Amino acid sequence: MTNDSQRLSSGGDIDRTKIISFEFNGTLHQGYQGDTLASALIANGVSLTARGFKYHRPRGIMGVGSEEPASFVELLGDAASGSQPITTVVLREGLRAISVSCWPSPNFDLMSINQLISKLIPAGFYYKTFMWPNWHFFEPYIRRIAGLANAPSQAPTSGQYESRNWFCDVLIIGAGPAGLMAALTAARSGARTVLVDDGTRAGGGLLNRKERVNNKWGGEWVQCITDELDSLNTVLRLQDSTAWAYREQNLVIVTERQPTQKQLIQRTWRIRARRVIIASGAIERTLVFANNDRPGVMLASAVQAYVNRYAALPGRRAVIFTNNDSAYQVALDMIAAGIEIAAIVDCRDDSSSGGLPLAGDMPRITNHVVTRVLGRRRVRAVRLRSNENGDTRTISCDLLCVSGGWNPTVHLYSQSRSTLRYDDALAAFIPHKPAQACECVGAAAGEFGLQQILVGGLEAGARAVSDCGFQRRETIAPTTSTSPPYNIEALWHVNSDDASANSFVDVQNDVTLNDVHLAIREGFGAIEHVKRYTTGGMGIDQGKTGNINIIGAVANQTDVALRDIGTTTYRSPFVPIEFGAIAGGKVDSAVRPYRHTPITQWHKDYGATMYESGAHWRRPGYYSRPGESLQKTINREVLATRENLAIYDGSPLGKFDICGPDATRLIGMLYTNLFLNLSVGMGRYGVMLTEDGRILDDGVTFKLGENHYLMSTSTANAQAVYRHIQHFLQVERPKWRVWITPITTQWSNATVCGPNARELLERLESDIDFSAATFPFMALREGTVEGMLARVCRVSFTGELSFEINVRSRHVLKLWERLFEIGKPLGLTPIGSEANHVLRVEKGFLSLGHEVDGTADPHDLGMSWAMSKKKADYIGKRAVEIRRSQDSPRRELVGLLTDDPSRLVTEGAPLTPKGQLQASEGFVTASVWSVARSRSVALALLTDGRSRIGQAAHVRIKNEIVPVTITQPCFYDPASERMKN
Amino acid sequence: MLEISCPFCGPRSETEFINGGPVRETRAENPHDFADSDWVDYLILAPNPLGPVTEEWWHIMGCSLWFAITRDTTTHEILPCSRKSHD
Repeated sequence: MTNDSQRLSSGGDIDRTKIISFEFNGTLHQGYQGDTLASALIANGVSLTARGFKYHRPRGIMGVGSEEPASFVELLGDAASGSQPITTVVLREGLRAISVSCWPSPNFDLMSINQLISKLIPAGFYYKTFMWPNWHFFEPYIRRIAGLANAPSQAPTSGQYESRNWFCDVLIIGAGPAGLMAALTAARSGARTVLVDDGTRAGGGLLNRKERVNNKWGGEWVQCITDELDSLNTVLRLQDSTAWAYREQNLVIVTERQPTQKQLIQRTWRIRARRVIIASGAIERTLVFANNDRPGVMLASAVQAYVNRYAALPGRRAVIFTNNDSAYQVALDMIAAGIEIAAIVDCRDDSSSGGLPLAGDMPRITNHVVTRVLGRRRVRAVRLRSNENGDTRTISCDLLCVSGGWNPTVHLYSQSRSTLRYDDALAAFIPHKPAQACECVGAAAGEFGLQQILVGGLEAGARAVSDCGFQRRETIAPTTSTSPPYNIEALWHVNSDDASANSFVDVQNDVTLNDVHLAIREGFGAIEHVKRYTTGGMGIDQGKTGNINIIGAVANQTDVALRDIGTTTYRSPFVPIEFGAIAGGKVDSAVRPYRHTPITQWHKDYGATMYESGAHWRRPGYYSRPGESLQKTINREVLATRENLAIYDGSPLGKFDICGPDATRLIGMLYTNLFLNLSVGMGRYGVMLTEDGRILDDGVTFKLGENHYLMSTSTANAQAVYRHIQHFLQVERPKWRVWITPITTQWSNATVCGPNARELLERLESDIDFSAATFPFMALREGTVEGMLARVCRVSFTGELSFEINVRSRHVLKLWERLFEIGKPLGLTPIGSEANHVLRVEKGFLSLGHEVDGTADPHDLGMSWAMSKKKADYIGKRAVEIRRSQDSPRRELVGLLTDDPSRLVTEGAPLTPKGQLQASEGFVTASVWSVARSRSVALALLTDGRSRIGQAAHVRIKNEIVPVTITQPCFYDPASERMKN
Repeated sequence: MLEISCPFCGPRSETEFINGGPVRETRAENPHDFADSDWVDYLILAPNPLGPVTEEWWHIMGCSLWFAITRDTTTHEILPCSRKSHD
């Protein structure tokens, strides 16, 4: 256990009464409530916290928030979630964290051997090396070495993620001074306001600095504002919540990391706002010089935060390197905390820096740059060079604070498709033209003076409020002392005398200035190419502190102005987001909720294995008996259907009620067959095409009355058919008077089939006459069965005598159980989709997705009888004619019998000429063991198949050639006498 | 995720709808009046502009209405539609 040797004895926004123990890389430490993992480690004097991912150079903590580019950790235990920046981990009791990209520890990392071969692995090395014998030989090792943290191996032991949709008038992103003023203005006017902030407490930059607002310290003033906001019922205030995506029509996605409800891990809000105010502040930039990645090199604003907010000292003797005025206030805060300032190195000359009044007695060295950091595991000195005459000197220190200026945080603004422009005075890209109803305020808009930030926030809030039609209540901007001016001189990198110097432009991905120059030399000089060639800006930190330096380096090297180069595209998420947070409640069965029939539990109790069956339905695949293999089960079910009595649950089939004066006209347009001569009480099998001639669906449609039809469709395509018909009626023929009502789930059915089916039905209490004479094949009879309203139809998908008894869904279980009560002694056998598959293949009946694959038309499938020549027009007719007029070879439906009757071919296997390895001439659409024929049978689509019946063909299964004979596509009862009985 | 205004139900999230592609000419009363290539063009050619396109959406998770909006394919802005919903 180390002690907190670097913690100030007082001050900071931490609760010293609540001590927290935690473990970092196996060592125990202590911190306080209010610490982050980073601040606690700094207070404990730990400075080597990570290793770079490619070169494995020692790294420390550079930033204070999500911009952190250097140190990443993996949390252990329930909190595991992949890698995160060390600076955003809130310290909690029992936290266990390890550094990523190093083994066994950052202090001693075996992979640091990479530094010896660093010249061989610049950006893009894998395009040029590790080629022989094969890149894939090296790839697994390189991937293992290059990996970041481990993905969690288990789900959290408790808690879940939640998603919430939200709507509001004004959404404010960021609760710094600008955001708080905007929120106050909006909330007071009565507008529904949402304020989201990624900090544990509101306040933004005010928490890290010593500023006075309305004569209070920043933190106190923030407390007053949040107290008022929390008292208003128009405000939703979310802390620890990051807005990470900005989508169309003002949809912003926010993930709340610490919901108050204990059972929630995280909650994601999808917020649709009428107006969005982006008060996301600004992020400080690094400077680029040799070894700018050593532990002890930190952003100046981060050092300021650690000193003021966390009372932790990142070092004892510091040098500050800056190109702008903001670092001077940091120096004053450091001195007040007891850190010695060895020098402020300002690259500007005396005339241009406005920070001079602040500097006072501090040792300023103007017109100099830092060229190199000395020290490997910790900064021990810096080397300076004069801009005038090139003289160098060395200054010892254990901390180097760098300030390269500030970037307004425009990520979300850019995601909204709003544009940016480069501002020379700020040397940064700032908001230009909004593309949606949003605006940036405060530092996010390039305004760095606190008074202006407060006023700007108030005014933006007022604009949003009046845009939403609310009356603004009088709000006065608070006062603060005038901020010193902000002057900056762009310094994109320090030129090094040493060509091999490692000057990092992207610390996380180990991208150096040399890599950027390499990319340009290789022809990848466009900024999006530079990014991808070097991977600069592609790490977890997304280059928040360094991308501008890459753009500046490209500008310097190619002599193109930054305004003309622009930035790369900003993409969501703004920070890493857990998959669980994105999924929300859509886990397990909620991802694809299943649809069940009322008989499902009965199926399961009887031993059914349930299959996914299209359109989210689950249906029984088979009902196994103890000791039965799958094939035996299927054979038993098939045999029961062919020889005796079987039953299956056909409830999921699509059903539509179609009625109206134009109903017959509609049916005529939808189907290829003639329906005009269909009698009331009879049904007809029809084929439905899309306008471009592909088979959309098939099914039986019954005529219930002169203008009234009951259409059935396949299970999986019910919605596609509904869409097809609705589009035709609403868009193409809005004047037709016909209405379609989906009744798929209103009616359920039990389908009894087999040669003895009639015996079972005649034992039911019913007013329907089931005899062959009065109830012909394809007829529909309405009446009651066992006291329940029923529609019974004689349709057969199995090829046997078959009665589909449809009742109201709430009655079907009762019907099913009654059928079993009577049928069990007769040997009634429930069958599943596996058996149904065998039965239909033996008959050569079509199945969508098998024979109907989107290329075959009804003629190919042997259904020319269904293509009415009497009808002048129906949907798809013209397209089929045009295709067939082209006279190209067609693949036709045929049957296949393997030369070896016990050999089954694989569904999907291709047929090729003589089985040779060449382009296929067809493929197997279905293949089953036929109980009726005691051998294997298959169906296939084969080029010119019908003219080749009787000839030999060859199926190719991997490298095996299986000889077959081509037959008619029907293996059982070709005249269909059994089902028409 | 777009926010689309259904003429019956008002503004709804895109997830309630299914996209039906760009608006096409009304399906002719007699396809046989067309030459083969013209009918094929009707079947397969659809407007694909960089900019505003008038397209159909189906409110499947709502009122089942087919209607049209005009959306800019580069900015996703949904413009006021000059085409009335079908009556």
